[in-house]
Amino acid sequence: MPRYPDVRKDHGLTAIDAVTAILVLLLVIQMWLLTATLDAFLAGHTETAIPAAIVSGILFATCFVMYRFVARVDRQARSGR
Amino acid sequence: MRDQLEPRSPDSGSFEKEPLWRDEFSISKADERYVGRRQLAKFLTLGSLGMLAGNLWIVVKSWFRTPARYNSSVVAHAGEIPVGGVKLFQYPAPGDQCIMVRTAEESYVAYSQKCTHLLFASARSARVPMPSGVLLHSRWIGIAGSADPPAPARRARSQRR
Repeated sequence: MPRYPDVRKDHGLTAIDAVTAILVLLLVIQMWLLTATLDAFLAGHTETAIPAAIVSGILFATCFVMYRFVARVDRQARSGR
Repeated sequence: MRDQLEPRSPDSGSFEKEPLWRDEFSISKADERYVGRRQLAKFLTLGSLGMLAGNLWIVVKSWFRTPARYNSSVVAHAGEIPVGGVKLFQYPAPGDQCIMVRTAEESYVAYSQKCTHLLFASARSARVPMPSGVLLHSRWIGIAGSADPPAPARRARSQRR
């Protein structure tokens, strides 16, 4: 008896792959922000520290929301709902 | 009949009660792909948390940072340097090479001889506009958008007799 792929589960994988790509992009931006802030701090410019920390916090919050979405899609797909 | 059509865990229990090891190490190839992607998303999020911690560390360090203080120092006397001439000196500490240039009769400028790519983040190639034709560097690093040489914050003055 031939085995057919579960289309519902593939849809979940597509969504997770898209979210993962966005996560990587956000991580690259956050990495650049950290290096630029550190460079400015070492040069004596401390005024950029707080705004950079705020933006970094926003990026992390976005990453966390994305991860929660991935976990939810994973749970729904594997439970067969 | 309806119960037989609904997906169930291997031990006929509900998925909510499935042990963690079976959830994380699924024998189903389709489920394993989900586990791998979920773990990747988790570690990316942890990486983001780490970088947030780095930014917060910079904030804390900036609060406790004491600004550098530079004492006044006599570099040269008035008239000692001819117009267009230069004088080398060390400031604020021995080993910190600096250069003072008399650009006009009543105008003096002084720069650190340390290349500014060690001090600033942005970079652009240019030549230092020195009236005497002496170049501070054959290639210097400046702040983007600024036409002036990027002199670090140093205090040096010429003393009038």
